[in-house]
Amino acid sequence: MEIGGIIAYLVSLAIMAGIYAVFALGLNIQWGYTGLFNIGIAGFFCIGAYTSAMVTTPMPTGIYAQYVHQLFGLDFPFVFGLLGAALVCGIVALLIGIPTLRLGEDYLAIATLGIAETFRLIFNNETWLANGPRGLMGLPQPLHNLVQPQNYNYIYLIIVLLIVVIIYLLIERAIRSPWGRVLRAIREDEVSASMSGKDIFNFKMQSLIFGAMVMGIGGALYAHYTKAISPSVFTPLYGTFIIWVMLMAGGSGNNKGAILGAYVIWGIWIGTTFLTDFLPYTLKARAPYIRFLIIGVLLEFILLYRPQGLLGEEKKVSKLIE
Amino acid sequence: MTILTAENITAGYTTEVNILTDVNIRLESGQIVSVIGPNGAGKSTLLKSIFGILKPVKGKIRLKNEDITGLKPNNVAQKGISYVPQVDNVFPSLTIQENLEMGAFIRDDDFSRRLNEIYELFPVLGERKKQKAGHLSGGQRQMVAMGRALMVDPTVLLLDEPSAGLAPNLVEMIFEKIISINKTGVSMIIVEQNAREALKMADYGYVLAMGRNVLDDTGDSLLANEEVGRLYLGG
Amino acid sequence: MIELTVYGIVFGSIISLGAIGLTLVFGIIRFANFAHGDLMSSGAYVALFMVTSALAWIGIPDTNFGMLSFGWRMLIAFPVAMFAVAAIAIALDRILYRKLRAKKSHAVIMAMSSLGAAFILRMLILIFWGADSLFYRPGMLRPAIEFPLNIKIRPDQILILIVVFSLVVLLHLYLQKTKMGKAMRATADNMELALVSGIDTERVIMMTWGLGGGLAAAGGILYGIDVQLHPYMGWNFLIPLFAATILGTVGNIYGALVGGLVIGIAQQVSTAFLMPTYKPAVAFILMILILLFRPKGIFGGKE
Repeated sequence: MEIGGIIAYLVSLAIMAGIYAVFALGLNIQWGYTGLFNIGIAGFFCIGAYTSAMVTTPMPTGIYAQYVHQLFGLDFPFVFGLLGAALVCGIVALLIGIPTLRLGEDYLAIATLGIAETFRLIFNNETWLANGPRGLMGLPQPLHNLVQPQNYNYIYLIIVLLIVVIIYLLIERAIRSPWGRVLRAIREDEVSASMSGKDIFNFKMQSLIFGAMVMGIGGALYAHYTKAISPSVFTPLYGTFIIWVMLMAGGSGNNKGAILGAYVIWGIWIGTTFLTDFLPYTLKARAPYIRFLIIGVLLEFILLYRPQGLLGEEKKVSKLIE
Repeated sequence: MTILTAENITAGYTTEVNILTDVNIRLESGQIVSVIGPNGAGKSTLLKSIFGILKPVKGKIRLKNEDITGLKPNNVAQKGISYVPQVDNVFPSLTIQENLEMGAFIRDDDFSRRLNEIYELFPVLGERKKQKAGHLSGGQRQMVAMGRALMVDPTVLLLDEPSAGLAPNLVEMIFEKIISINKTGVSMIIVEQNAREALKMADYGYVLAMGRNVLDDTGDSLLANEEVGRLYLGG
Repeated sequence: MIELTVYGIVFGSIISLGAIGLTLVFGIIRFANFAHGDLMSSGAYVALFMVTSALAWIGIPDTNFGMLSFGWRMLIAFPVAMFAVAAIAIALDRILYRKLRAKKSHAVIMAMSSLGAAFILRMLILIFWGADSLFYRPGMLRPAIEFPLNIKIRPDQILILIVVFSLVVLLHLYLQKTKMGKAMRATADNMELALVSGIDTERVIMMTWGLGGGLAAAGGILYGIDVQLHPYMGWNFLIPLFAATILGTVGNIYGALVGGLVIGIAQQVSTAFLMPTYKPAVAFILMILILLFRPKGIFGGKE
C-alpha cells in the first residue's frame, strides 16, 4: 500500500474521530460538567444530521419528487446547515428538558433513551419527513469545487478540525465563567441554599441545550462527510454508546480529554479491524460484534480501574468519579 | 467485671472533621451506663463507633478484652452486642412479628422461646403481631425496635435516645422497660437527651460535650451535682 | 379489539416478569439495571442452545406436547436457562457492580456499567447466533383456539399466562414465608437497619440478582416461544420494562405486575390506531405521562 493511500486513510480516520470529538465535547457539557446522564445522544445525532441535510438540499422537483420525500428543502449553504442543526437540536433539547430534567438521574437516562428511539422510529416510518428508511442522499459538501474529488477529504479535515477548535474554545470560555462554576456545583450536589429549585432547573436546561447544540453540529458534520444518511445509521452503538466510551476513556470533565478520548477510542475501534483479520473465515461475518465486545469490555475496565479516564478531570477531583 | 470499653476514641464522618476526640467509656457487667450531653456532643457517634457503623480514626473498642474496633456491624452483632438506632429503627413494611424475626437472623436455632419472652416483655406487641410496623405509634415502634435488638440475647445493648419524640407517659413506660431488660442481665449504654431520667436509671454516667469527656461519676452523684444540674439537666 | 386486549395481556405478562425483576433490584440495591432487557434475551438464547443443540446431543426427544409448540426439551431447558441467567446476573454483580459499590461509586457510574454489560451480553449473542431472527420451532403452524366472546388465543399463550401466574405466586410465597425472603423485604425497607440487625446484606443482594435474573430469563423464553428470538429483543424490551416498573411504583412487585399488564395492553391496543412499529413509543409516552403527573406510580410512594 503506497504512502498516498495510507495518508488518505489516516485523513478519513481523523475526520471521523474529529466528528466524534465534537459529540464528546457536547456530552462533556451535559455529563462532565453538569452530571446529566444522557443516553439518547443518537437522537441529537439524527436530528442534527437530518436538519442540516434538509437545510442544504433543495426540495426534490419533477420526477425526483416521486421518489424522494422530505419535509423541507432550503438549499442554503453549508454554514446554515450547521446553524440549523444546532438550532433545531437546541429546541428539541428544550422540549425534552421540560418534563424530564426534574427527574432523578436514572429517570433522565431512560427518558433520553426513549426519545432517541422514538425519533428513530419516526424518521424511519414517516416517509414524508425525510424519505423514511431510504434516507437522504447527495448531500452537498462545502468547498468541494476547490480541489479534485479524491483530495476533497483534506479540505473536510481542515473544516472539521477548525470546528473542533472553535467549539473547544467556546466551551472552555463558558466553563471558566461564573455560569460554569454553578454547573459544577450542581453536579457535586453542593448548591448553596440560596439557589432555588427553579434556578437549578434553569442551569441544567442551559447545559442540556448547549450540549445538544454541539451534538447537532456533530450530526451535521457527519451528514456532509458521508453525503448520505438514513435512520439505520443512528444506532445505540454508533450513535450513543461509543461516544460514552470515548468521554470516559479520555476523562470526563475535561475538554482535552473528550477530544483525546475520541481519537484514542476511534483508533482502537479501527485497530480492532486488523485484529479480526486473523479470525477464521467462519467468524469473519461476526467481526463487528467481536470488535464492539472489545469496546464494551474496555468501558468496564475503565469504570472499574480508571474512571477518571486518561486525563482525569481538570482542577479539582470530582466526588462522582473518585 | 468490665464488659465493654471505648478507649481514646477519635471518630468522625468525614476525614476532615472529627466529631469525637479522645473519648473514654467503660461498661461493667450488668450496669446501665448513661451518656448525656448537649446536642451535637457526639453521643450518637459514640454508639455508632462501638457498633461498627463508623470506623474510629484512633482508639480501640474492647468487648471483654477482645479488640472489636472496626468490625462490620453484622460481625459485632454476632459477638453479642445489639444496637437500636434513634430513627428509622423498624422495618415499616414488615409486620411486628417479622421485624422480630429479622432480629433473630443470625441465630440458626429455634428462637420461638425468645420470641415469647419478648412478647411477655411487651404485651402490646403480642396483641398486634400481624400489624405492619410502619402503622404503629411512636411508642409501639420503639418497643419493636428494642424487641428486635433483644432477639439475639445480647450481652450488651446500645440504645440511641430511646425516649426521643415520645409523649411523657410513654417515656416513663419505656424507661421502666429498660430497667426490666437490665434486670435480666443485659448491660446497657444509653444515650439520652432526657438527661435527668437517664441519670436516675443509671449506675454510672458520662457527660460528653463537643466530642470530649467532661465528667463522669455514679448516676446519683451526677444528679446531685449542682453544676451538672445547671448546665445539662435544665436547672 | 378484544383480540388486541387478549394479546396485550399475554405480552404484558411477559413484560411483568422482567419488570418484577427490575423493580426487585431497584428496590433493594437502588440502581437502574440497563442490562435487564438483555438478561431476558440471554435466557431465551440459552434455552435455544439447549433445545436445538445440547439436549439434542444427549438424545432428548423433541415431539411437542399436544397443541403446544414445545416438548420435553423446552421443559428441561426452561428451568436450566433460568438458573443460568441467575448465575450470569450474580456474576455480573460480583465482577462489576460489587466492586463499584465498594468504591461507593455514584449511581450513574453503576448504571453506565450496566449499560456496558447490556452491550456485552448482546454482542455475545450476536457473535454466537448472528443477527437473524430465530425460532424454537421453525415452521410450525400454531393456530388459535376460539372461545366465546370472540376471544382467540393460542395454546402456547394460555400456558404463558399460567407460567407467569405461577412464578408470581411462587415469588410471593418466597418473600412472605421464607427467612431470606423476609430479609430481602427488610433490606428493601432499610438497608442500614438490616445491616444493624445482623442480616447478611451481601447474600441478600446475591439472591436479589439471582431472582431478578431467573425471572428475566423466564420472560425472554416465553417471548421466544410466542413470537421469535432476535438479538435486539432485549434492547427493545427496555423501554416497556422501565415504563411498567415506574408505572407500578418502583420497588413494588405487585405494581410491576400491574404495570406490565397495563403497558402490554396499551401497546397492543395502540396498533388499532398507530403502526405497530410505534409500540415502544407508546410505552415511552405513557412513562413520561406518569412521570409528569404521578411520578410515584399508581401505588403511591413506598411506605
